[in-house]
Amino acid sequence: MGDALMIQVENLTKRYAGHTAVTDVSFNVRRGEIVGLLGPNGAGKSTIMRILSCYMPASSGTVRVADHDVFTEADEVRRRIGYMPENNPLHRDMRVREYLKFRGALKGLPRRRCRERVETVIQQCGLADVHRKIVGHLSKGYQQRVGLADALIHEPELIILDEPTIGLDPNQIRAVRQLIKDLGQKHTVLISTHILPEVEMTCTRVLILHKGQILAADTTENLQAIMSDRGQVVAEIAAPFSELKICWEQMQEIEHFDLAPSDGEWVRCGLTGQPGVDLRPLIFTTVCERGWQMRELTRSRHSLEDIFVRVTHPEKEEES
Amino acid sequence: MQAYLTLIRRELGAHFYSWTGYVVIACVVFLLGFSFNALIVALNSEPTDRPVTEVFFSSYYFWLIILIAAPIITMRSFAHEKNSGTFETLMTAPVSDLQVVLAKFTGAMVFYVLMWLPLLACLLIIRYYSAAGMQLDPETVATAFLGIILLGCLYTSLGCLASALTKSQIIAAIVSIAAGIALLVVSFIAMTFSTQSGFTSQLFTHLGLIDHMKDFARGIVDTRPLVLYLSLTALFLFLTHKAVESRRWK
Repeated sequence: MGDALMIQVENLTKRYAGHTAVTDVSFNVRRGEIVGLLGPNGAGKSTIMRILSCYMPASSGTVRVADHDVFTEADEVRRRIGYMPENNPLHRDMRVREYLKFRGALKGLPRRRCRERVETVIQQCGLADVHRKIVGHLSKGYQQRVGLADALIHEPELIILDEPTIGLDPNQIRAVRQLIKDLGQKHTVLISTHILPEVEMTCTRVLILHKGQILAADTTENLQAIMSDRGQVVAEIAAPFSELKICWEQMQEIEHFDLAPSDGEWVRCGLTGQPGVDLRPLIFTTVCERGWQMRELTRSRHSLEDIFVRVTHPEKEEES
Repeated sequence: MQAYLTLIRRELGAHFYSWTGYVVIACVVFLLGFSFNALIVALNSEPTDRPVTEVFFSSYYFWLIILIAAPIITMRSFAHEKNSGTFETLMTAPVSDLQVVLAKFTGAMVFYVLMWLPLLACLLIIRYYSAAGMQLDPETVATAFLGIILLGCLYTSLGCLASALTKSQIIAAIVSIAAGIALLVVSFIAMTFSTQSGFTSQLFTHLGLIDHMKDFARGIVDTRPLVLYLSLTALFLFLTHKAVESRRWK
């Protein structure tokens, strides 16, 4: 069973002196997936990644990578993982090629293979222009690519990237995302981030983490589908305000609505339907029957942002 | 093994990528120059039958070099990696904690030995210009170097431990300099005891680094300091290993 699964995490708990960072977390990642760990700062993303990369052990629970236990077979696991920690630490005094060579040798690549791999990753990560430069003198975007190249150098089965796009400008972010997407074709990738569009764009599956617990885990499409089920429909209709109000009140499929006058005689209606009902055709027919005019009819698609806010702040709703 | 050698190369390289390596060597050469000068003056003023190396090591410049250079060499070993975060990439590569500790120590030791090589030149100059039969036979020089290396093992392992305990290179250097001075002070205490007998006096005499070094410089290899230095080095490296490992149980 372990063959198709790249990561198996069962009941993982990590306690630091004084507080618990991760509480009873379980999840699986299949081979070839790009999975995003999403959560606000301090949710336990980095802790999970550090445990996966054998930097420190879990307090309890089992973690297996490619069917090797991270605690008892740490060496096997480390060979299979390419890990880029948060803030991408590098030896800033070395030159790019030299650094990659050093990392390759450290990860146990034989000399000739190491030389080949250095060439390959330099091409793959777009470092050909700067391979002779000193790492500390490079721009942040290039440094990030050096970090990625380091993670890739020993052809790991699993690549773990902790906040890979932090501190980059939009163009660099796009480039790094594209690189991650390309990686997903050959490797399993686990990235952590608190930037939502990133997950939406790059990942096939999302784990939402909050206060050390997994609150939601599903594909990006599924999560959106669940949320849009209860989505709001916005319609701009030219009609007398009072008539509109009575009309929506009488319609049983509408659970909740609010009206706001727009310019001229236009009124903006935000309509929330009963679960599982698509309001749009109903609204259209109603408007036609009454002979009103309509200039907009949209369903607000919930982005991951809404899901995220909703899942990570449930207590707010309860309080209110 | 490959990882171990790679790490040693990296450690050595790190000294030469930045200024520190060159500055340390320059300072050592400068202080050696002082010692050399003192030696020449001593040799000129009165005839002596003591070995040249002994005269050389009785100067306190020698101890100044050991006390300052070893902490400077070792201060960056762990503290810098922890501070810059590269410790995490290092410890998630397929290398064991022990390999890392030993590689850092070996790297520091290799640099330490390199740093002492100018001393050989000093001794060669004396040999060249002095009358034949001066007290400078190769065996004595070899034991003197053995003493230097043993002291170096002790002080660099102490420096590694201090570096593994903190994120700041400055704190690492200060802690290891302080501990190093404390170790040296023991030999001054030992001197006050030298005429007495009894347990405390014996204890302090065994720990008297200055006397040990005098013996080595005279060409005497006593196994007692040998065992002491090697076991203390082993102890400090063991503690360093534990300090590196402590991230697992913190």
